[in-house]
Amino acid sequence: MSGSTTSQFKENAVRQLADVDLRQALTKSKGHFTGGRQNAMDKLPEFDALRDQARDLKDHVLENLDFYLETYEQNVIASGGQVHWARTAKDAQDIVLDICRSVDATSVNKGKSMIGEECDINEALEANGIRAVETDLGEYIIQIRNERPSHIIAPAVHLTKAQVETSFRETHTHLDPDRILEEPPTLLEEARTVLRKKYFEAEVGITGANFLVAETGSSIIVTNEGNGDLSQLLPKVHIVLASIEKVVPTLEDASTFLRVLARSATGQDFSVYTTVSTGPRRSTDPDGPEQYHVILLDNGRTGMLGTEFHEMLRCIRCGACMNHCPVYQSVGGHAYGWVYPGPMGAVLSPSLLGVDEAGHLPNASTFCGRCEEVCPVRIPLPKLMRHWREREFERHLTPRAARTGIRLWAFFAQRPGLYQMATGLQMRLMGWMGRRKGRFSSVPLAKGWTKYRDLPAPEGKTFQQQWAGRK
Amino acid sequence: MANPRVALFVTCLVDLFRPSVGFATVKLLEDAGCAVEVPRQQTCCGQPAYNSGDKADTKAIARQVIEAFEGYDYTVAPSGSCAGMISKHYPALFADDPEWAERAQKLAERTHELVSFLTDVMGVEAVASQFDGAVTYHDSCSGLRELSIHDQPRRLLGSVEGLHLRELPDANVCCGFGGTFCVKYADISDRMVETKITQVIETGADTLLAGDLGCLMNMAGKLQREGAGIQVRHVAEVLAGMTDKPAIGEPSKD
Repeated sequence: MSGSTTSQFKENAVRQLADVDLRQALTKSKGHFTGGRQNAMDKLPEFDALRDQARDLKDHVLENLDFYLETYEQNVIASGGQVHWARTAKDAQDIVLDICRSVDATSVNKGKSMIGEECDINEALEANGIRAVETDLGEYIIQIRNERPSHIIAPAVHLTKAQVETSFRETHTHLDPDRILEEPPTLLEEARTVLRKKYFEAEVGITGANFLVAETGSSIIVTNEGNGDLSQLLPKVHIVLASIEKVVPTLEDASTFLRVLARSATGQDFSVYTTVSTGPRRSTDPDGPEQYHVILLDNGRTGMLGTEFHEMLRCIRCGACMNHCPVYQSVGGHAYGWVYPGPMGAVLSPSLLGVDEAGHLPNASTFCGRCEEVCPVRIPLPKLMRHWREREFERHLTPRAARTGIRLWAFFAQRPGLYQMATGLQMRLMGWMGRRKGRFSSVPLAKGWTKYRDLPAPEGKTFQQQWAGRK
Repeated sequence: MANPRVALFVTCLVDLFRPSVGFATVKLLEDAGCAVEVPRQQTCCGQPAYNSGDKADTKAIARQVIEAFEGYDYTVAPSGSCAGMISKHYPALFADDPEWAERAQKLAERTHELVSFLTDVMGVEAVASQFDGAVTYHDSCSGLRELSIHDQPRRLLGSVEGLHLRELPDANVCCGFGGTFCVKYADISDRMVETKITQVIETGADTLLAGDLGCLMNMAGKLQREGAGIQVRHVAEVLAGMTDKPAIGEPSKD
């Protein structure tokens, strides 16, 4: 996949940590997301029971994925739509391009889609002379800045208002310099004015899908701006880009997920728009596309079924894990170097990119467990990250120094007598060396520690030595 | 059980860096009526290997711990992280090995973190100790999320004469320690602990407490590097009234 800098996670992180705008933006958004979720939970006593239901439903679907996908396909066709199966991101690109060419499209409107990001759809369109216009405000902002989303539901969360205003002034050259653009509503209004025209120019609209409903062949998107509706209703052709695990059995089941999705994501009871699309425009419909296409993307997901990473396929992309992750909140989404950041990305990216490329991500976690605590479908994210570490260790991908260190320590830890003798001597020595200050400001073999913090000196004799003496 | 035989899992960090926490633990357990023993064949719970993906060494260490600690009424550790490793992760580790799975499960059921053991198993409602000062308390992640330790330390601290507890905002957010994480991803860990100590300083407390030595050493080291002048101690030291030793990373007074 193009554009991944996941293997340079450490370098990316250092760069992001030094970005003062990022720090300001993240500090501002964090309380909004975590507080919002907490409030929404407090108002819904059955929230935890709903999470269990949502988990069980996804497990059921994954056990019967073939059945539900085929049922979904039949019902899309029955409602007049077309289904395209894409094994890889490249397949998905080719299918999108073929559809666009079939209607001589020169302009495509996009609703927000992480699968679109995964498949580099915008790049593929632009390379073929087709303009891609992002219509979600956050996506629009990062598109004019030539950036990638830093968050799966809040793509421009890494930016401050001032940065957005600067970008608008650079791009929207028609703007009167005196016009005030400081507040989000004025920025929104400006984006809306520019986008409104483009809605009527596009021949094709591409959206993602939060859910695909097998019983009706419908796709569902949730948005807060209404841009998704315009993107999919106004052009002649609507393409839904979705990965295979998005399928749910019935509309009733979709509603179970909808009850936990927005609450987990933004703390809203429901997002402003929940849009259900079924097939192209019927003769009695006031509006709608002439063609309705669904591209079902695999891109490595079937390879996760039945493995220790199976549970990751339950993910409904709410973003709660990254909103609550202290690592994500420190480095921001761009440090992760590819489409999916935060804890869910730390498990999913190695599955899709390979652990050789994305091996840092599952290691860059303290296993604090907050992601698992807030996950609406109860994915045990720390456990899955640990499984990646196990795979890396088995394949000798763990950095040699770390591996040697662990093996050496484990050798002693399995020989209590030797361990107690060696640590007893070492602690006596360190305790003696640190007796004046009580701590060390620099320790040659612990630079990772003492670069930023002092190391407390041991008291001297170990507990085991003292206990033996007490007896 | 009137006088249970309790095996102390002292934890590697307490054993090596701060034995006084071990002795405070022994005192609290004995005051609660336990007969405390310290199995000699203990080193570490195996988390450094477990979290590094080294499953073979983890299992070997876990088997050693199980052998050393089975046969007691309870196993108690002054750490939510190590107690969580034994009580939550050991059984999962041997899921495909029926003999060891059963032994791991038995030990898991009898293994507790110190403070929650005192309150939830031994029914301790108050401690007879004194500590003059304003303290704040950080909830270490494993204890909080794996073992639901939250109210227990606050309840016992509330019984310490002279102690005022000032709640720490975001007390449930990780301090950035994370075992080897803090060394492997030192730059990220630093931002996390910096955020944490900024909030600690803002409480105005003069002492910071927590139940896990790893987190405590991380926060103490950062507070000291920044010259914050806040003392850091394990919660057991305050509950046991054993605060005559210098705080973590502080020099002896003499």
